[in-house]
Amino acid sequence: MNMLKYVLKRIALMFFVLFVILTMCFILVKLLPVTDAAQFGKDMNLILQRREALGYNKPLLEQLFIFFQRSILGGDWGVSEALYRGQDVWAVFTSKLPATIMVNIYSMLFSVPTGLLLGIYAALKKNKWQDHLISTLVVVFISVPSYVYAFLVQYLLCFKLDLFPLQMNSGTDYFSLSMFLSVVPAVLSLAFGSIAGLARYVRAELSEVLTSDFMLLARTKGLTRSQATIRHALRNSMVPVFPMILGEFVAILSGSLIIEKIFGVPGVGQLYVNSITALDYNFFMLLSAFYTLVGLTAGIVVDISYGFIDPRIRMGER
Amino acid sequence: MTQNNMDYTNIPKEKFAFCNDNKELHDKKLDTKPVGYFQDAMMRFARNKSSVTAACIILLLVLFAIFAPILGSTNYTERPTDTMYLQYGKLLPKWSAFEWAGWDGCYDDTVSKNVYLSYKAIEAETGMNPVVEIYKEDYESDNKSAIGTYYDIRVDSYVENGMMFLNLTPDQYEDLQNWQDETGIQVIYPAVDDSKIATNSLKSDANIWYECNQKGAPITKNGKFINIYSTKGNDGDYDSLRIDGDDGSYKYAKVSGDSNAKSYKVRVMKNTYFQYRYGYEAEFIFGTNSLGQDIFTRLGSGARFSFIFAICISVINLLIGAFYGAIEGYYGGVIDLTMERISDILNGVPFIVVTTLFQLHLASKVGPIPSLLFAFVLTGWIGTASKTRMQFYRYKNQEYVLAARTLGASDFRIMFKHIFPNAIGTLITGSVLVIPSVIFSEGNLTYLGIVNLDSSTMTSVGSMLSKGQPFLTTHPHIILFPAIFISLLMISFNLFGNGLRDAFNPSLRGTED
Repeated sequence: MNMLKYVLKRIALMFFVLFVILTMCFILVKLLPVTDAAQFGKDMNLILQRREALGYNKPLLEQLFIFFQRSILGGDWGVSEALYRGQDVWAVFTSKLPATIMVNIYSMLFSVPTGLLLGIYAALKKNKWQDHLISTLVVVFISVPSYVYAFLVQYLLCFKLDLFPLQMNSGTDYFSLSMFLSVVPAVLSLAFGSIAGLARYVRAELSEVLTSDFMLLARTKGLTRSQATIRHALRNSMVPVFPMILGEFVAILSGSLIIEKIFGVPGVGQLYVNSITALDYNFFMLLSAFYTLVGLTAGIVVDISYGFIDPRIRMGER
Repeated sequence: MTQNNMDYTNIPKEKFAFCNDNKELHDKKLDTKPVGYFQDAMMRFARNKSSVTAACIILLLVLFAIFAPILGSTNYTERPTDTMYLQYGKLLPKWSAFEWAGWDGCYDDTVSKNVYLSYKAIEAETGMNPVVEIYKEDYESDNKSAIGTYYDIRVDSYVENGMMFLNLTPDQYEDLQNWQDETGIQVIYPAVDDSKIATNSLKSDANIWYECNQKGAPITKNGKFINIYSTKGNDGDYDSLRIDGDDGSYKYAKVSGDSNAKSYKVRVMKNTYFQYRYGYEAEFIFGTNSLGQDIFTRLGSGARFSFIFAICISVINLLIGAFYGAIEGYYGGVIDLTMERISDILNGVPFIVVTTLFQLHLASKVGPIPSLLFAFVLTGWIGTASKTRMQFYRYKNQEYVLAARTLGASDFRIMFKHIFPNAIGTLITGSVLVIPSVIFSEGNLTYLGIVNLDSSTMTSVGSMLSKGQPFLTTHPHIILFPAIFISLLMISFNLFGNGLRDAFNPSLRGTED
């Protein structure tokens, strides 16, 4: 019961924060000059009329109210004015989501098992050369910015060795072989960082658990080393690791702006960057709301999952 | 119990006496020096080899940022109004001291026969050969999509740069001729009779001095180029070096304008003209970027900017965060709750949204750099604040704080004199790690094009990366050096920060031995 109360409280707080952030964004965006209608040429009058009808000329607070009523509750996020002229913002947005999700799911499928295995291996071989090698690589891959190894991947694998295309295919055949090949560079560049992060985390957790007293008890009661490690140490070390993976799963929706730009992934991240450079405010509002929501949800999922995975942890307890 | 005994304030002086006045003390004097908190941390830091190495690398990078713009400063890099540098784009790294190690400004390439012949033409005219080495000569390509004759060669990018047209005043023309006579280096090459070039678009190509077809491919006779140098007209009495095979009839300039303002259009070789104009032989240690700016000095000044910017943000965040967290943690209760909500909300705004809005709103008023700084500061202090708050919660109910309060210390004094020093270790580590993360995010943002910090006079490491990306496959050196710089910086800052964190953590004391 306590748990349910905590979850409800967190969700209510999330919506409050979302509301405040959206209000701030909306007001700041509305303070900016609107794109000059004259550049639309013969559509100028049409656009002016539509702006009038949508209430662009009303007072700011009234516009804010309309925005919440129409967009957040009604789901109508307006029409793009600059990027995809005349198209529905929501439709364009949902058509861009699959590419982002696909790249991120491939990257998770690759990085989570690899990261876990490397971390476990390093913890079991602690202070031997295998551990030192993995730890050094981890430091390098955590530190080096993702765009640097994106350049490396693009230059070595795509250009010099000619294994993959330089840019991702733009079609919608998400399950074809050529699409898979074109996604690999982006997936690799995304995965290196999270493999390293995961491996470091798992190694730290597992090596702490391995030295704890109950492991000694498990060995003294007659379990072999591998039995004790798999049944006792691994499960306990996963307590903090699992929420982290779960949080990353929520974050796959948002994608990586940089990697999408380098490899030309036709996804949400690129849409966001383009909407900023083209000053397309409807896209900007939708994507800001989206990113904020994803970030907040990931935080909540992580917090709540602690309580479910490990019953000893009671969230929100005093 | 009389009333007099309770009066502690007015005890007469005579009543006091030393308790151990004439007894011998058996305490030993301490032999070892006392070790303070910071001294201890530094000692333990020094024992961590990887962190010390990282600190040395950081020092080198900082020195690079300080001295590279000074060392690399020549009259080429410091050009007030000169746009001549546009002629020297995409030159490869060259350092004569390390020429044996491949640092020679050359690259390997597979070229078609026409390109190869144009290199040969440069050699035939100037005597300087852009083709340093031929690996495989005159072979037919098997590739179906590119049928033709190819050459695998090594090309010197400095010589390959070729010729350009220049308009000189009479004084400049005179001066250039004198310089040629003095040094014996040929800069001006004969003017071309462009009525002999059939295609109009090729007439503006300074590299063509031979008979060619419509595509610019030379028509050769017995393997030799047929020159089309101009022999008619006025070249203002050119009396300096002449090329081989010149019987004195070639004209070296085309004169236009009247007698008051004569203008001499000459064809000069870029490589030797560089030597004349800037006083030294063209040699760029890190090469030049697509616009012709020297990467060495630009990387230096970009690094300098990034360091200063990051340190500013780190200090501002430390100040705001420490103060905010101290108030939150010390007073607690309603104040804490309200202030936590404020930082919660600020923390929830995605950083990229903040930066974008600041760029759109503020950049036109205060410039892109201050607005980027505001964006970093707006959410950056929250981490520091929550660390400080935690420390305050841990220490504020301890006995020594109670003692200080009993002695009448003010809230402010207790906060910053008694409790705050406990948080310094974690805060220092945190603010050191802010520096690479700021440089990293700045790189991200400039790369995405949300922030633009690139101009002819300043740059940042992130902008150098994003400007170099289109040339990744053709000229990887443009992106290589900034990428190496930022990678080294991030790795060594992370190792350095880890070392600091361990050193400042008293609970790890003695575990390393």
